[in-house]
Amino acid sequence: MLERISTARSQMDAACEKLGRQINIMEVCGTHTVSIFRNGIRSAIPEKLKLLSGPGCPVCVTDQGYIDVTINLAKRDDCILATYGDMMRVPGKDTSLEALTSGNVKVVLSSDDAINLAKENPDKTVVFIAVGFETTTPASAVAVADAGKLGLENFCILSGHKKVVPAMDALLSDKNHKIDAFLCPGHVSVIIGTDAYKPIVENYKRPCVVAGFEPMQVIEGIAEICRQLTEGIAETKSIYEVAVTPTGNQAAMKIIDEYFEPYDGYWRGLGKIPNGTLRLKEKYGKYDAMTRFGIDEIPAEDMTGCRCGEVLCGLIDPPECAMFDSACTPDEPVGPCMVSTEGACSAWYKYGRRKRRQT
Amino acid sequence: MCLAVPARIIEMEDDKAVVDAMGNRWNIRTTLTPEVKIGDIVLIHAGFAITTLDEEEAKKTWELFEEIENYKDNPNKISG
Repeated sequence: MLERISTARSQMDAACEKLGRQINIMEVCGTHTVSIFRNGIRSAIPEKLKLLSGPGCPVCVTDQGYIDVTINLAKRDDCILATYGDMMRVPGKDTSLEALTSGNVKVVLSSDDAINLAKENPDKTVVFIAVGFETTTPASAVAVADAGKLGLENFCILSGHKKVVPAMDALLSDKNHKIDAFLCPGHVSVIIGTDAYKPIVENYKRPCVVAGFEPMQVIEGIAEICRQLTEGIAETKSIYEVAVTPTGNQAAMKIIDEYFEPYDGYWRGLGKIPNGTLRLKEKYGKYDAMTRFGIDEIPAEDMTGCRCGEVLCGLIDPPECAMFDSACTPDEPVGPCMVSTEGACSAWYKYGRRKRRQT
Repeated sequence: MCLAVPARIIEMEDDKAVVDAMGNRWNIRTTLTPEVKIGDIVLIHAGFAITTLDEEEAKKTWELFEEIENYKDNPNKISG
């Protein structure tokens, strides 16, 4: 173990010396963000290596307009909203699902549970709040397939599913970006495979390295990025080889492609991202809550004063937001990055405050 | 949100399975991993197996869970 840490450290030092400037590595996975903070990795790497927490938490990038649509649906007498627990506390314009005093909201652990709710409540329409990256999207597609097979007429989904690679592309296409490389998400990559990052590597010459979540995986992922930067190359590479292959989970990708199509949807803080959001294909329109309830478009709205958008782009660290640790705390969150335990602000609040107060 | 846990398949019928991790059992779907069989260890996210895992990798996670459980039972005693 010590030998591996020492090898990793020397690869990091070599990159810092070769480039002679600050090196910015963005992680695009909330679980990495938490692992980095919990294990004190920021303080264990050279000062010139800066880790940025990118748009890696699907709850955090879900637009406020989407939350407001879910709240409106929850208030209807003829609906049951089935949602993963992560979404309950995310603030919409006026309230959150958790704070609703009336309304019919059920927390589910899987899309299967939402299908069962529809079976048990034939007089209500069950709307499944389908959020998450490619790890979670196939489960929503299976639910729609099951509803079709079972002839369940009272089931639909409100898709807010997001694709990781278009977001990385959007970040790099901004002239002001300062990203040298990406530490790519472990479980998203189980589904999409490392080949999915080839456009980023080829078009922008940025290393894309997939790592698992143990501290050693994260450290060796950062070291592999540094090795590539030192050699002046950019490649896709998985050091989480037990789970991540170049082509990913083909069965899962196939079912995503069968049911969903990408469109230019809003991401919180990042705006409209070309092909970054997934919606159900028109032929599955009867399972689309947008079609069923006549919702034309999810409106784009952002909290004023909240700087989660800049945090998600890696432009500022959470403490640079005036609301951080004053108006916005995990108990009383304003922005989505403080709501989710995997959000950058929540991780900073929990693990980074002591250090911040000392500086 | 994208967290996943390893567990072993102990019963299976079509694409529905029962898995076990450290004595905890629950129902999952194997729709996305059609190649799996009883006895395999799979990584589970939101009620679906997303890939197979080897025993060594799964054990790392289970040991971590065990440590957390022990800590919850006896927070004053931290092992290791």
